Amino acid sequence: MLKKIHLKAVALAVTGVLLTPAVFAADKAPIRVGFLTIKSGALAAGGKQMEEAINLFMKERNNTIAGRKIELFVADTSGQPAVTKTKTQELVEKDKVQVIIGPLAAFEAIAVDDYIKKVGVPVISPSAGAEDLTQRKPNPWFVRGVGSSAQPSHALGEYAAKDLKYKRIAIIADDFAFGHEIAAGFQRTFEENGGKVVQKLWTPLNVADYGTYIGQIKPNVDAVFAAFAGGNGVKFVKQYSEYGLKGKIPLLGAMTTVDEGILPFMGDDALGVISTGWYSANLNNSANAKFVKDFNAMYKKDPGYYSMGAYGAALMLEQALKDVKGNIEDKNAFMAALRAVQLPNDPRGKVTLDALGNPIMDIYIRKVEKKDGKLSNVVIKTYPAVSQFWTYKTKDFLANPVYSRDYPPANNLEN
Amino acid sequence: MSFWLIQSLNSLALGGVLFTLAAGFSLIFGLMRIANLSHGAYFMLGAYVGLSVIEAGHSFFFAILAAAVAIGLLGCIVERVILRRLAGNSLSQVLATLGVAFVIADCSLWFWGGDPRPVAAPSFLAGGVQIFGQTFPLYRIALVIFSIFVALGLWLLLDKTKLGVMIRASVDDRQMAQGIGVPATKLFSIVFCLGAALAGIGGIAAAPILSVYPGLDADMLPIALVVVILGGLGSLLGAFIGSFLIGFIYSFGQALFPDLAYIILFLPMLIILAVRPRGLFGKISA
Repeated sequence: MLKKIHLKAVALAVTGVLLTPAVFAADKAPIRVGFLTIKSGALAAGGKQMEEAINLFMKERNNTIAGRKIELFVADTSGQPAVTKTKTQELVEKDKVQVIIGPLAAFEAIAVDDYIKKVGVPVISPSAGAEDLTQRKPNPWFVRGVGSSAQPSHALGEYAAKDLKYKRIAIIADDFAFGHEIAAGFQRTFEENGGKVVQKLWTPLNVADYGTYIGQIKPNVDAVFAAFAGGNGVKFVKQYSEYGLKGKIPLLGAMTTVDEGILPFMGDDALGVISTGWYSANLNNSANAKFVKDFNAMYKKDPGYYSMGAYGAALMLEQALKDVKGNIEDKNAFMAALRAVQLPNDPRGKVTLDALGNPIMDIYIRKVEKKDGKLSNVVIKTYPAVSQFWTYKTKDFLANPVYSRDYPPANNLEN
Repeated sequence: MSFWLIQSLNSLALGGVLFTLAAGFSLIFGLMRIANLSHGAYFMLGAYVGLSVIEAGHSFFFAILAAAVAIGLLGCIVERVILRRLAGNSLSQVLATLGVAFVIADCSLWFWGGDPRPVAAPSFLAGGVQIFGQTFPLYRIALVIFSIFVALGLWLLLDKTKLGVMIRASVDDRQMAQGIGVPATKLFSIVFCLGAALAGIGGIAAAPILSVYPGLDADMLPIALVVVILGGLGSLLGAFIGSFLIGFIYSFGQALFPDLAYIILFLPMLIILAVRPRGLFGKISA
């Protein structure tokens, strides 16, 4: 063992001496990419879909971007912020990764925020929507490949009030940052357009059973807005139907509640659910047609939030690497390129980043319908080029506290 | 009115699920004096095995049977191959069961994937019943009845058979039981196998409610612990009462005190531990 290390060190030293121009040496070495995913717990399904998308991307590119080989280091955070932190440290300090794609959950991203700032490693979020990372506490090393948590729910809030003409809505959501922020954005635009959120139910992320919560939903609401992540939507939508509410009270969903990744497991219970998101496997553009076809060929299912998020993050990485001609060693130039990424032909449509590193992209209102024998999110309305600030002025938006369980305050709750 | 009724039914259904989980856990602890930390994994694996059996076109009842046999066998193997070698060293045994749990969890993830898998209830139980204008899923009511039958069966086994007498004697006073010729090692195998089989049955029986997903094991194990600590270790009656008590505390606690959702399960456990460490019906101090 010792001998091996010794030999390696000598070999390294020799190559270092021989290839004196540092840039040239760097060009030859593979780019080390860290990938934080989740392989157990309530969010494991999402983690797996992210990994599938990354693997597809790597296969399509033959592990090479901008002329350089990519070496991928996968770390499982098990969805626990404390573990996410140690895994991130491990990726940076032991595996010496030069850029990280991850993590999955908002509360994980918040947990590693300080560390990322301290060591200055570029991070592209393939899923984590935590609002403040691109708002009040922008991190110069962090860009998002997906929308902020509430970016799609602003649109649905307005749609529910204006187009669907709902007046009274009950919200039920995962009790963690992602769920709080989604619910808050929805409540804000819904109430500003004349609706009232009359009930809010927060369910623990790993709750065994939604029966007790569904039993509490007020029978006199116009609709229920359900914001669930990972695999929780499967359980909720099934039980919503078992308790006889399907067909009685219309169900609205966040992007991940009826995500393509879990739709195949939902059955007819999910039919008719109207949701909002920055993607649907049904989008009609050539980049998406290819992505959906390739994804189906490899995994026999449609890509959704987590797959598209990870794939989109990889596309951003690719574009930025091309812009700096593969020279990721110049960290600052690479980060600048990453923050200026423009993807005119993304499967989601046109994607650009705002000044804080969050995508500006179309938001789609979608309805679950049966298409070719399988459930699918059919787009029924498009809100073009939506930013994380919706229609608000950036300055005004940022002057408010960040979205949370209690902000904006729910003044219309009924007991 | 309907709120109370629906939540009561929810509590009973949850209690039913918990009983099939906790009964085996309690039995194993009572006899072998080890906390079987792989119990949640058996529960999850039972659900996965049942799911595969159903997907292969067999009936739900066959799935329950298959889960019981498969997980029972696995439990038997674990006991014979691993735990027996560590006899007398309960800390090692507990750690070994934890290791087994990790192995099962990882193998399940590899084999069944990371997606949550809903399991359909048998078709004649798939609908709902109307109660005060609200629909309640029929399967949950069936599950309560099923768990009562399981409890009855276990009670008959423990109370009316020779095997049961030996088990009870060993739980009460292991040394004395061995002294009068109760074959301890054989008994360990049987009880561990039975406990695992029960967990497997619980897993597939609960699957139409909970669905199966990676992490189900870790979600259920603490609840099993809470139930047996509350009800009392090694006591079937304790597991039974504890399960339904926890069912009620959990359902009503979450509904009435939503802010306490995370600790509502552990509060009663803490109180019991402080006031009556052996649990409500326990024979051994925890």
